[in-house]
Amino acid sequence: MSRLKNSIRSLLLYPSAVLGSAIILLLLGLAVYALVTIPYSEAVRLWRGGEDVWYKNPKYAAPAWFNLFTSKKQPVSFAVDTATGSMTKKVTPSSQGISTEDISYSFDYQYDGFPQEMILYFTPKIVKKLPFVSVSWVTPDGRKIRIADMALNHDATFRFSQDQKLQTRLRTDNVMQALFANPKIKTPTTLKGKYQLVISGTTFDTGSDIDAQFVFHGQLFGLAGTDLYRRDLLLPLLYGTPIALAFGILGALGTSLLTMVIAAIGTWYGGWVDELIQRITAVNLVLPFLAILIMVGTFYSRSIWLMLGVTIVLSIFSGSILTYRSIFLQSKESSYIEAARAYGASGSRIIFTYLIPRMIPLLIPALVSSVPSFVFLEASLAVLGLGDPVLPTWGKVIDDAFADGALYQGRYYWVLEPAILLMITGLGFALLGFALDRIFNPRLRDV
Amino acid sequence: MAQETLTSPAPTTPIVKKSSANSTFLRLAKYTGLRLVTLAVTVTIGVYLTILIANMGGYVDTIMRNEVRDNITQSIASNPAFRNLEPSVRAKLIQEKIAAEVDRLGLNQPFVVRSFRYLTNALTLNLGRAINMTSNDGSKEVRLILLERLPATLLLTGSSELILFFASVFIALSLSRKYGSWLDKLTIALSPTSAAPPWFYGIFFILIFAAIFKILPFGGLVDSPPPVNKIAYGLSVLKHLILPASSVIISSIFLSIYNWRTFFLIYSSEDYVEMAKAKGLLPRDIERRYILRPTLPNIITNFALLVISLWTGFIITETVFLWPGLGITLFRAIGFYDTPVIVGSTIIYAYLLAITTFMLDFVYALVDPRIQVGSGRSQ
Repeated sequence: MSRLKNSIRSLLLYPSAVLGSAIILLLLGLAVYALVTIPYSEAVRLWRGGEDVWYKNPKYAAPAWFNLFTSKKQPVSFAVDTATGSMTKKVTPSSQGISTEDISYSFDYQYDGFPQEMILYFTPKIVKKLPFVSVSWVTPDGRKIRIADMALNHDATFRFSQDQKLQTRLRTDNVMQALFANPKIKTPTTLKGKYQLVISGTTFDTGSDIDAQFVFHGQLFGLAGTDLYRRDLLLPLLYGTPIALAFGILGALGTSLLTMVIAAIGTWYGGWVDELIQRITAVNLVLPFLAILIMVGTFYSRSIWLMLGVTIVLSIFSGSILTYRSIFLQSKESSYIEAARAYGASGSRIIFTYLIPRMIPLLIPALVSSVPSFVFLEASLAVLGLGDPVLPTWGKVIDDAFADGALYQGRYYWVLEPAILLMITGLGFALLGFALDRIFNPRLRDV
Repeated sequence: MAQETLTSPAPTTPIVKKSSANSTFLRLAKYTGLRLVTLAVTVTIGVYLTILIANMGGYVDTIMRNEVRDNITQSIASNPAFRNLEPSVRAKLIQEKIAAEVDRLGLNQPFVVRSFRYLTNALTLNLGRAINMTSNDGSKEVRLILLERLPATLLLTGSSELILFFASVFIALSLSRKYGSWLDKLTIALSPTSAAPPWFYGIFFILIFAAIFKILPFGGLVDSPPPVNKIAYGLSVLKHLILPASSVIISSIFLSIYNWRTFFLIYSSEDYVEMAKAKGLLPRDIERRYILRPTLPNIITNFALLVISLWTGFIITETVFLWPGLGITLFRAIGFYDTPVIVGSTIIYAYLLAITTFMLDFVYALVDPRIQVGSGRSQ
């Protein structure tokens, strides 16, 4: 116990270890947060969801905080609706069950860019006669533009940019510019100020009602932006954390523990066991590791956990088993082993209580340092299109971005966000592993 | 091979009993034979495993049979020449064509039988014909498909790995001379950067140099259309090579320097080095005679393994940079279930690896008089 305490104390002497541990703790916190707030099935549903789940988001939107760093401000997306009260609705009943519903939403528009699209979703409650709505748009300079009039016979969607009638009325097919531009300036420039969306509806029966949702697709969205399927990138960035950590840590743990145990067994029993292990290692060196992983992914299943298993099996019999073997061969001859043999300890007892524990100081740094390579392996597989089809991971985001030519089209945030997270993860484990190596192997400290 | 090594190292080794050259020869012959047999068995098993995996234990056959049926049914259904045939006649025609095609592909034999035929073909380097892939000239010969991609891969792997190797050995040597300097500390601090694979740096390089500054191409081997002039062509290839090669180099140079530096430092703290220093030998002489010489076997091993690894190409880096090399070919072959190409690429690597490990034993004995061929394991 005191040895552990000493180790931790000496760990604190290394700034790299402190930084590395801080990063790892932060990532673990993020992972726990992601798992607690978004259940596994929900994460999969959202990630696989199409327009029905993500209709509120614009496509290819950069994160909202971009505005902090640019002089040309871009509009940020939002969505409001009457059902939750974020958009005001005033119902005034009059005679014979007829009532008017005044829905309005006003917002301050201080951006230099035009939005992508605006959409209205109506969900009417129909008793007998169809409710009727007329939509209009009030600009900061007081112009009132008629947008649409329609009877709602079922759930209806109104897309401002795609409405033919509105296009003819505004004499342009760029509706967003017509609605937001300053008419006094020739080059399209936004008119800043308070805009108002006014929907005046009429229902003709008691119990009939209109609910509306106003979705504003700006050029920016949320903390992380969106991709080509309108998905909020915050989901894969958040949820990729536990997956990356699980893959990295399980891979590193499984590989190094199994390698060590097998090396210990081989050295202890010697003879054909040892020979067999060495031959398997030799065969494994011939096998193309990545190609086999790709084959497994292409032919069998792209499940991340199957990939992890195959990775571990293929990595056990690698060069490191030979390193462990040579160290075990040395410690096999030490006097404490001889003493254990003298009192009649069984083979398994010697392996698990004498041989292996002595190796832990060597194992821990190697284990921690090998985590990044597994984390990156998951991303590499995803970049080859072999990522888990259902799970949101960092690698999948990079793959999507690459497949969509994000770098050609200047959507750097899409690639950079997962890449930076990967880098931070790799850095954290590498820094800690590096410091651990120096603490546990004092011989390295001099050189 | 055995003839060469017989003469040189054995007599110089102090451990060899001078009694008879005959016993040395016997020991050597026995060792060489045993080593060759083990290597052959290893290669055979490795290749057979690859064949099994690449065929999904025979499941690829089912996929191929279905594909054949689909293609033939489609082609006959869309061919106007057969439109007026009776349905039964047409069905018979389809069946016949499918049977002929299945026969041509050898799918009518059980997989176990065929797997051994694949194995013997592979081991005799009879690489055969690809199933779906073709070379740019339209040939289906696996040999031609692989040969066609070899120059591009060797250009990328060769340039990057050789620069990486020599740069890191020489930088490490000079760092080990003045360890503790800020340059040394910087290298140690940067060595964790090697946790990220080359394609990861590739993304950043593409972003900076291709997307933002637009001074280097996004990927590919040569401008499109390719320049007619040979010099212009070469320059264009060189321009395309910069980004992938530097991502490979950057991704491992710091760790590589760090490892070599630590390795050299361990050797330079040996007593005989201290002795040489005490004698007042020049640092350059100490390096050459007392540090580089004992580390030579390691340097050679690393170099040899590096040279054969050039063959495999970088699957992901080539994919990210659209570099038309063997890595991307192997990746595409897997996507096409094109087992002959996968197996062909594996067998060549396996042979190169086996030959290299076999020869390294003798090279060790040549460069290091303390090592004796057949006296111990060197792998």
